[in-house]
Amino acid sequence: MLLQQLVNGLTLGAVYTLIALSFSLVMGIFGILNLAIAELFMIGGYLGFTAIGAHLPLPVAVLLGLCGGAVLAIVIEKIAYEPLRDASLITPMLSTLGCSLILQNLATNLWGSDPLQLPDELLGAQLRLGPVTIGSMQVVVLAASVLLVAVLGLVIQRTRMGRAVRAVAENRDVARLLGVSASGVTLLVFILSGALAGAAGVLIGLHYAAITPYVGVETGLKAIAVMVVGGVTRIWGALAVGPLIGMLEVLTVAYGGSQIRDLVVYGFMILILLVRPQGLLGGGKVDVGRV
Amino acid sequence: MSTYYAGLLADVGILFLGGLSVYIILTTGQLSLGNAGFMAVGAYVASYLTVTAAVPISIAILAAAMISGAIGVLVGFPALRLRGIYLAMATLGFGEMVRSFFLIFEPMGGSVGFHGMRHISAAYIWTWAVTVLMLVMLIERSRIWLEMRAIDDDEVVAELVGLNATRIKVGAFGLSAATAGVAGGLFAHHHVYIEPGNFGFERSIDFVLAVILGGSTVAAGPLLGALLLVILPEALRFLADWRLAAFGTLLIAVLLLRRQGLLDRALLSGRLRAPIA
Amino acid sequence: MTPTAEAPLLRLDAVHKSFGGVRALAGVACAIRPGQIVGIIGPNGAGKTTLFNVITGAYHADSGDVHLDEHPITFWKPHEIARAGVARTFQNIRLFASMTVWEHLLVAQRHRESWARRFLPTRWVDPAAQSRAQEVLGFFGLECARERPARSLPYGMQRRVEMARALSSDPKLLLLDEPVAGMNAEEAEEVRSLLLRLRGTGITILLIEHDMTFVMNLCDYLYVLDFGALIAQGTPSEIRSNPAVLNAYLGREDRA
Repeated sequence: MLLQQLVNGLTLGAVYTLIALSFSLVMGIFGILNLAIAELFMIGGYLGFTAIGAHLPLPVAVLLGLCGGAVLAIVIEKIAYEPLRDASLITPMLSTLGCSLILQNLATNLWGSDPLQLPDELLGAQLRLGPVTIGSMQVVVLAASVLLVAVLGLVIQRTRMGRAVRAVAENRDVARLLGVSASGVTLLVFILSGALAGAAGVLIGLHYAAITPYVGVETGLKAIAVMVVGGVTRIWGALAVGPLIGMLEVLTVAYGGSQIRDLVVYGFMILILLVRPQGLLGGGKVDVGRV
Repeated sequence: MSTYYAGLLADVGILFLGGLSVYIILTTGQLSLGNAGFMAVGAYVASYLTVTAAVPISIAILAAAMISGAIGVLVGFPALRLRGIYLAMATLGFGEMVRSFFLIFEPMGGSVGFHGMRHISAAYIWTWAVTVLMLVMLIERSRIWLEMRAIDDDEVVAELVGLNATRIKVGAFGLSAATAGVAGGLFAHHHVYIEPGNFGFERSIDFVLAVILGGSTVAAGPLLGALLLVILPEALRFLADWRLAAFGTLLIAVLLLRRQGLLDRALLSGRLRAPIA
Repeated sequence: MTPTAEAPLLRLDAVHKSFGGVRALAGVACAIRPGQIVGIIGPNGAGKTTLFNVITGAYHADSGDVHLDEHPITFWKPHEIARAGVARTFQNIRLFASMTVWEHLLVAQRHRESWARRFLPTRWVDPAAQSRAQEVLGFFGLECARERPARSLPYGMQRRVEMARALSSDPKLLLLDEPVAGMNAEEAEEVRSLLLRLRGTGITILLIEHDMTFVMNLCDYLYVLDFGALIAQGTPSEIRSNPAVLNAYLGREDRA
């Protein structure tokens, strides 16, 4: 039973990880909270569901969500971030909120405000591994998450643009002095962030077997908590913390009742902020005043 | 006045008070994304007092303000350790915690919500709003406000100049929370029914939005911001299904054109100031 | 220097301060007498600004003691030390970005702890603060800039606003970190006469400055700091002929 919960938590956590990575890419590098990410993954989910509804294979659905997220992220970067990049951290946060209002409105008009259900035949198959039952969708979600993180890792650690991103993340001013093209890096970060969010949207749709225009906010806030616990400016912190929070959440629901779930998750987040602002796994201390 | 306009007016008054609460704390440079949490405390305390203990509404709201304010002070102490985006994240978490606390707090209805309050008029709400506005405008001209701004500008220098940053920042948290508590008490008695969902992240963001849209350096800023946030979606009704998108577009446009908000000190004092180097 | 039995206003005993193994102050001891202008000189990186930071409580000394008026203030918080009568300026000017000159002069005044005075409009309840600000404004010749945002003023004026902010708190001890850096000879001369007038009002001034002509013409007494240690002290004429000082300054190029 415990094992079963852990597997469920792992799946949920995998999706949180993706969205948290999406948030923390932008947060870690530009120090702003891109609130539109929540709606990017909602739109990604709808695009994926539309593809599934059209009997396209699952990978195509995920890819469609991913591309949709990336394209929208470019638009958001151009309209809501680029012109405000030297403003205080509140202003770009609110302009991305403007974007999320537009996206949510778009989704309700295109797909209606009622939940969209996943066709039953997709959900049928189940794998039994000893005492643990894994839905085929859980396998898909886990596998896709691992793949996406691997690709992200490859882009950031192995490519030239990725190195530029890391340079900027390490130290914005020094990177500028070294002549790292700031606008190129900005765009790449937004594209990666949007792509992750879009793909995660499809996956969370598969996890819950349904999607609504309002799925963004709640899951988005949870992903923000994951990002914070992993260390606001430490992109890879989310990797370990996503599954941790996912399991924490599932276990609280299983053994403490669903009502106290959010209390536990956000309480944990505040505790981490106060005790280890550099994140659960972060190394040295961070100057909490600088970002 | 029709009930429709009275309802809008009441919404403006409540949102304005919420905006003021963010404005106060923001003056010390602390961004709170969780003021709906303080509003929730005010709403539940005031409702409990009027419904269960038959306390007169004005006294109930005063009590709600004081209890919210006390909780604000308690939150303010740990908040001293955090700045900028870290503080914003922690207050966001605080807001969500308060909301989920009321979800499981069965004595006040839990997820079902709480009702039984007597309806209050828009005029009553505005009596409070105008009173609080005048108080804030008085304080804006006092030295405590200068001290709050000094801490926002440069906390290290402020301390070296003799200001007790700890006390001022914690005090500002208390004042902000008390104002949000008033907004909560009024909200509960205007809608005569409250549930935890009324006090979520979106509400906190609305408060911040009212301040940033209207202008974060003058008390009239959140007033104009609240007015726009309530009136604009109504005025855009002719767009039917697309009014939220239109609203989002306008919001981005205002932020792009006037990032300091529609009103600022220079505009209100009619002084032309040299740009700050 | 006239010998006097008066107790020192500020006294440092064997103050040590290190940053991660780097020694910034190594057993500094000095006694600043009231009513004097005292200069601290020394090569870059000698620990002069660190000394100011320890006196004002921005850092605490690792060991040793700081006494103000014979009260130990070593571990006081910056705002407590400021209220006890120590005010300072900064090497890199640090003015409040949102404030006018006038607001700088109001906010820095040591407040009388009365709620009415703090929470009600200054104009109504605190005429004393207003007249003090006006007085300081006049002293520094800043009347014309009263309502200007301080950060929008020319450099020399910004320096004066910083001094005015420090002075408006009515300090016993004024710490000036390079008050004439970046100024031309004429502006420096203006500052010199302002400081002499301030000394006339009984304020003790401790200043860091690289401009030797300025220091030698102004200060009553000098301390020379090198590598965090005091290597000499005395009147300007004594310092001028001190071999250790000459060595520290002439040897500077070799070390840089």
